[in-house]
Amino acid sequence: MICNALSIAVREIGRNLTRAFLTVLGIFIGVAAIITMVTLGQGATLAVKAQISSLGNNLLTLRPGAGFGSRAPSAGVPHFTEKDATIIGEQIAGIAAVAPVRTASLSTIYLQNARASTVTGTTPVYFQINKWNIAEGRFFSDADLRSGAAVCVIGNTVRTELFGSDNPIGAKIRIGKASCEVIGLLVAKGQAGMGDQDDTIIMPLSALQRRLIGKTSSHDISQISISAQDGVSSTALISEITSLMRQRRNLQKNQDNNFNIFDTRQIAETLGSTTQLMTMLLAAVAGVSLLVGGIGIMNIMLVSVTERTREIGIRLAIGATASEVLLQFLVEAVTLSCVGGIIGILLAFGLCAGLAKIIQVPFNFNLQINLIAFLFAAAVGVVFGYTPARRAARLNPIDALRHE
Amino acid sequence: MSAPDSSPLIELRGLTKTYGVGDAAFQALKGIDLTIQRGEFVAIMGPSGSGKSTLMNVLGCLDTPTAGTYHYQGIAVETLTTDERSLLRRYALGFVFQGFNLLARTSSLDNVELPLLYRGVSRKDRHEQAVAALTSVGLPTKLRSTPAELSGGQQQRVAIARAIVTEPSTLFADEPTGNLDSVTTGDVMELLTRLNKDRGITVLVVTHDDHVATFARRTVLIKDGLIESDVARA
Repeated sequence: MICNALSIAVREIGRNLTRAFLTVLGIFIGVAAIITMVTLGQGATLAVKAQISSLGNNLLTLRPGAGFGSRAPSAGVPHFTEKDATIIGEQIAGIAAVAPVRTASLSTIYLQNARASTVTGTTPVYFQINKWNIAEGRFFSDADLRSGAAVCVIGNTVRTELFGSDNPIGAKIRIGKASCEVIGLLVAKGQAGMGDQDDTIIMPLSALQRRLIGKTSSHDISQISISAQDGVSSTALISEITSLMRQRRNLQKNQDNNFNIFDTRQIAETLGSTTQLMTMLLAAVAGVSLLVGGIGIMNIMLVSVTERTREIGIRLAIGATASEVLLQFLVEAVTLSCVGGIIGILLAFGLCAGLAKIIQVPFNFNLQINLIAFLFAAAVGVVFGYTPARRAARLNPIDALRHE
Repeated sequence: MSAPDSSPLIELRGLTKTYGVGDAAFQALKGIDLTIQRGEFVAIMGPSGSGKSTLMNVLGCLDTPTAGTYHYQGIAVETLTTDERSLLRRYALGFVFQGFNLLARTSSLDNVELPLLYRGVSRKDRHEQAVAALTSVGLPTKLRSTPAELSGGQQQRVAIARAIVTEPSTLFADEPTGNLDSVTTGDVMELLTRLNKDRGITVLVVTHDDHVATFARRTVLIKDGLIESDVARA
């Protein structure tokens, strides 16, 4: 009986190719839309997460001024000293590394190419704290730091702008008034929330102080980068660093902090909850498109009810039992829904692969959403293909035949 | 389906059919007693709304009576389940409708094979029997045509082929010529007469056309849900 129903159903589909095509179309567009949207959304979320983690997720940055949102003036506030950095590293437990940082905006020249760059003077641990990796050449060393060697490590953007396709390693570039040898190229990090991270030149702090700017005062450190050990609470660290710095900067009890601590973990958490929101939004959009796709399928199924009711009447009149007719309709609905679902999955796979490349997000095949979309569309197809048939098959044959 | 040969093919006693309930109720059949023997050719006539089509539908197990008894070859039809009535139609009855009721976009051959498919006849036998049935109604060249490609008379002949391909004991025809011109009407009625004479199929034709009724050997006239006359022709 099942074989019979199957062969009748296949014949029926073959005879009504337009109707079959429209049904399949409704299903596969719904399925493809949902899968594509969710897959690309997740790719975007992953891309954002990867960029956040490239910032370093347990990084504290100590800066002068009261920080964001404060009305206290930041101009005229004293910067830090190298000694501040050393003492933080020595006195506070749970710190992995501390690097004093001095930045300056200077013109850089290589052959006929010139541009303004932010030059960072620091110690070698800075690379580790900020999760920089070397692509070519080497980082500068403690020996370079001690000797104040005129060497620098450049980011990928600087390399592209100054050197084009030339090999930068070993080349001399002019930074401000001094000549400086490029000894390393950093692995690109890409865009982050705060601009192009790869537009950077990093050199020994001593070289920046002595050769490029001149040591103007002992308070010439514009920020201190601190990385916490794994598992150490950044809240506790921040309060310890705060009290230490208040003491070192001779602040009275009634005075506000004239420095602030920027916590990338906090930023990561904020951005993390933003991407979570984005994922939820995508899920909502996907839900709506499931609904719309479902209604499309339903329409096609319901439109053909009149014709199909007469067909059921004919079949009943010539001796088919209600269950035979229903089995045929069920097989038909399942076949069309599955074909539509499979085409939808294939189409979505192609769309995702192509679009992920264009908008530059990673493409991960998400089995779960493929299954959900397929099952939902198939269920809608089957329910709306089968339910009207069931109603018709319960009629007296003569009423089904007379159906207008 | 085995029944004593002595019982009549169709036996109705006090058959009524009511549509709707309460004040809106309409009694289409008000108590029909009718006996039809094997091999008869009966025309059921009557004006519009007389209940003749209702009677035909109840006889053909397409509709269920409200009260009364209906024995088909001794079987009490009113006690059968829906599926049992389907099986009775499948194995014993054939239908021809005024509107042909062929499956659209489906070739003559497939339409005629359909009842055989439900009987579980093998593909090869289905094909042979369907070709034979279409040949016997004079359409051996229209096997692949769909209803849309056939004239009304041809469609009705496909419908007749579909009705007789299972070799039913009774053929019910409800206004079979209602949509046909007079020439085609003659063709179709002659075909029904031949089936009755040559194959011994009992034929019941519902019609309001006196000319059609002349092909039958017995005419039952229905009026307002009751049999007004029942005349056999020599």
